[in-house]
Amino acid sequence: MAQRVRRRSYSLRNSMINPAGYHPSQLKFYVILLPLVLFMLLPIVFIISNAFKPLAELFAYPPRFFVVNPTLKNFSDLFSLMSTSDVPVSRYLFNSVAITILSVCASILVSTTAAYALSKKRFRLKKALFTINTIALMFVPVAVTIPRFLVIVRLGLMDTFAVHILPALAMPVGVFLMKQFADGIPDELIEAAQIDGASDVAIYWRIILPMIRPAIATIAILTFQATWNNAETSALYINHESLKTFAFYLTTLTSTASGTNVVAGQGMAAAATLIMFMPNLLMFILLQSQVMSTMSHSGIR
Amino acid sequence: MITRVEVRRERALRKSLAREGSAYAFLSPYALLFIVFIVVPVGMAVLLSFTYFDTIQPPRLIGLSNYIMLITQDEVFMKYVLPNTISFAVITGPGGYILSFLLAWMLAQLPRIPRTILALILYSPSMTSGVTMAAVWQTLFSGDQNGYLNAFLLNMNVIQEPVQWLQSPRYLMPIMIIVTLWSSMGVGFLAMLAGMLEINPELYEAGSIDGISNRWQEIFHITIPSMKPQMLFGAVMSIVGSFQAGAIGVTLSGSNPTPQYAGQLIVNHIEDYGFLRYEMGYAAAVSVVLLLMVLFFSRLANRLFHEE
Repeated sequence: MAQRVRRRSYSLRNSMINPAGYHPSQLKFYVILLPLVLFMLLPIVFIISNAFKPLAELFAYPPRFFVVNPTLKNFSDLFSLMSTSDVPVSRYLFNSVAITILSVCASILVSTTAAYALSKKRFRLKKALFTINTIALMFVPVAVTIPRFLVIVRLGLMDTFAVHILPALAMPVGVFLMKQFADGIPDELIEAAQIDGASDVAIYWRIILPMIRPAIATIAILTFQATWNNAETSALYINHESLKTFAFYLTTLTSTASGTNVVAGQGMAAAATLIMFMPNLLMFILLQSQVMSTMSHSGIR
Repeated sequence: MITRVEVRRERALRKSLAREGSAYAFLSPYALLFIVFIVVPVGMAVLLSFTYFDTIQPPRLIGLSNYIMLITQDEVFMKYVLPNTISFAVITGPGGYILSFLLAWMLAQLPRIPRTILALILYSPSMTSGVTMAAVWQTLFSGDQNGYLNAFLLNMNVIQEPVQWLQSPRYLMPIMIIVTLWSSMGVGFLAMLAGMLEINPELYEAGSIDGISNRWQEIFHITIPSMKPQMLFGAVMSIVGSFQAGAIGVTLSGSNPTPQYAGQLIVNHIEDYGFLRYEMGYAAAVSVVLLLMVLFFSRLANRLFHEE
């Protein structure tokens, strides 16, 4: 009996996954994690600190990591500046916001409908199509930049707003996560609704969508990150300056080729980098618990 | 005369058609986009790889010449691009993956609130993209004495004069690897953390009764086998991530080709031939090789973690 008790306490010591509170045995993890986390945090802190530095501090020698006299001048410079072709910065920002919102909404619609079919409908190609999508998780978009370019030219999508949005909607990982999550909805629920005479659209709208909200939040974040940070589309497919995105504009600020003052460009680039980063962070903080509950369904079986 | 059975059969057929039809209707928007932006480009890459195509003249079939040239005559590819890509992918892929796993494992053993905060910090770098971070890296690794790393090392007397970090063939690759590892705690990391938290605690108790005595045994006999699907998902994400991250060298050094090809990865090679030299057929052949490499490594991961 005594041995039994000792064993039990041993097992509890060993299996401290998801503990309820603090325990001295956790200390060693903090000792390893904290320095690493602080190191990981450095560039993020740097983004924030740098954005508020006056020019003198940006070019001070020796350089200082933290800002001493914070100023908003970099931001006001950024927004009063016209790019080389007379497009105000607010226009790039507006494009980015509009493109991101539209992409996120469209991506949710496209992925949820596909996931509903792949998870809950019965049809012959179901298994094969899902397997194809799982293989497509391994797809590396940069590898087919050139044929994609040719497809986009052929479809007449060059220099359109749609070219920012449409390619982002073909997101295998989104449909994959969504389908895995929808598999958790009991079939009986849908059968009951069918007996009550609910149409497919009603089932999709009133049962599926409310029940896969965590997965929707996750897709929203993934699409958000992919489109908000996307500078490549503007560089490859857009010639009209007024249709380009903020992310693209940021890349021109520091490159010497763009003709803006390289020194002044530094401060504005720092401000723009912060503007790029913050929405990502806020989105994730708001939705993190939903994302985690989606991720527990993420396995490839 | 139509029998009742036939009528019933016809009705069933019509019903199943209606049912299947609605399934395809729900699937079609995604399927269409998937075909246009993934299937067709991949198919075109394969077809173009057997042609000579300079975007002005129509593609001309030349058989396997592109592949033969790639293997036998492309000195840059064989000498720099391929070894660079493999060492970069091997370090950032499995390296980032193991790091993600260990971090997730430690985090899973902390209470909810500190765990969430630490996970958020570890995930946050992956929200940034290489291109938008260029300004930050260029300032931190700047080659003059104003660069933060240079100033720090000069101050510590580790170096005597500023180092051209991003222009130096010696340091570019290590910096690319550090930057990529820094941002590698992404979706795969979250999946593994979530998977670990879902493991039934009774399994651990049963394990310890069966004689598991330390945490390493616990990891290999309980944790990993109980979360194989998430392990596989994480592996695929990190393989794709490390091949996708190819643009980082060009972003950091500001030029393609990178200084003395030190940071030249297969993705940059594709861009070099496709968009700078307009040899689309050849670039397509390199793309196909890249896709095959990803597929190969993913298959390998599949072998390791697939559940029977």
